[in-house]
Amino acid sequence: MIGLHHYLYLSAILFFIGAFGVLFRRNLLVILMSIELMLNAVNLSFIAFSRYGTATMDGHVAAFFVMALAAAEAGIGLAILVMLFRNRTTVQADDMTLMRD
Amino acid sequence: MQAAFFYLLATLAVAGGVMMVSVRNPLSGAFALILSLCSLAGLFAMLNAEFIFILQVLVYAGAIMVLIIFTIMLLNLRKEELQEAPVGWLRLLLTATLCAVGAFGAIQVFGTIEPNAATTPMEGFGNMEGVGRLMLSNWVYPFEVVSLILLVAVVGVVLLAKKVI
Repeated sequence: MIGLHHYLYLSAILFFIGAFGVLFRRNLLVILMSIELMLNAVNLSFIAFSRYGTATMDGHVAAFFVMALAAAEAGIGLAILVMLFRNRTTVQADDMTLMRD
Repeated sequence: MQAAFFYLLATLAVAGGVMMVSVRNPLSGAFALILSLCSLAGLFAMLNAEFIFILQVLVYAGAIMVLIIFTIMLLNLRKEELQEAPVGWLRLLLTATLCAVGAFGAIQVFGTIEPNAATTPMEGFGNMEGVGRLMLSNWVYPFEVVSLILLVAVVGVVLLAKKVI
């Protein structure tokens, strides 16, 4: 029988796959996509708790808000990325050292 | 039956995620992520969250991923621009260990959480009407704040994407 723990474990695994992508990869596009995966893993937790924990729909509303914020984050992040690419012609995080130099 | 579906979708979700962080070409990574997001949409459907299931397919696998793929194609990166700086084995090992420890710890913590005994969802659980009513009654202030954030994001994107500020 599939229960709360199955979904929570899957959510933890997906979250740390995303965290690995953020920490390890240097391509800004892949880093942004890894953040999306992490947000989705958290959404899975919200929905699973909503179904098996509280049995109310508050988790669904929270997941909806996370999605709206993810859309805003993706838009802003990609706009910044396009602007940086225009100025420096690179998408590697290691080359973005404007604040350090 | 339910278990078979769960393991199929979970495997696809994890495989998509692993592929996304491991392939070099971001376009292949984006398609792997779409696979992962669609599997998660199936899992949401299994959890009686039909509204979130629809939103996941429309907003995530649809709108956000189209935006990302559009940007990848707009940048039109050459092969040498995709070349990442060579990484040491030590860094790979350290990051992987850190994430594995984190996942193990999270699983330990999650294992102590006990599910609620009464788990049969009520009539209309997770459909658009129920979630919409809740969102516009108990959660109306967060809802308004989110709409404000989206407005600010739209203005910010337009400003950032301008050639000359």
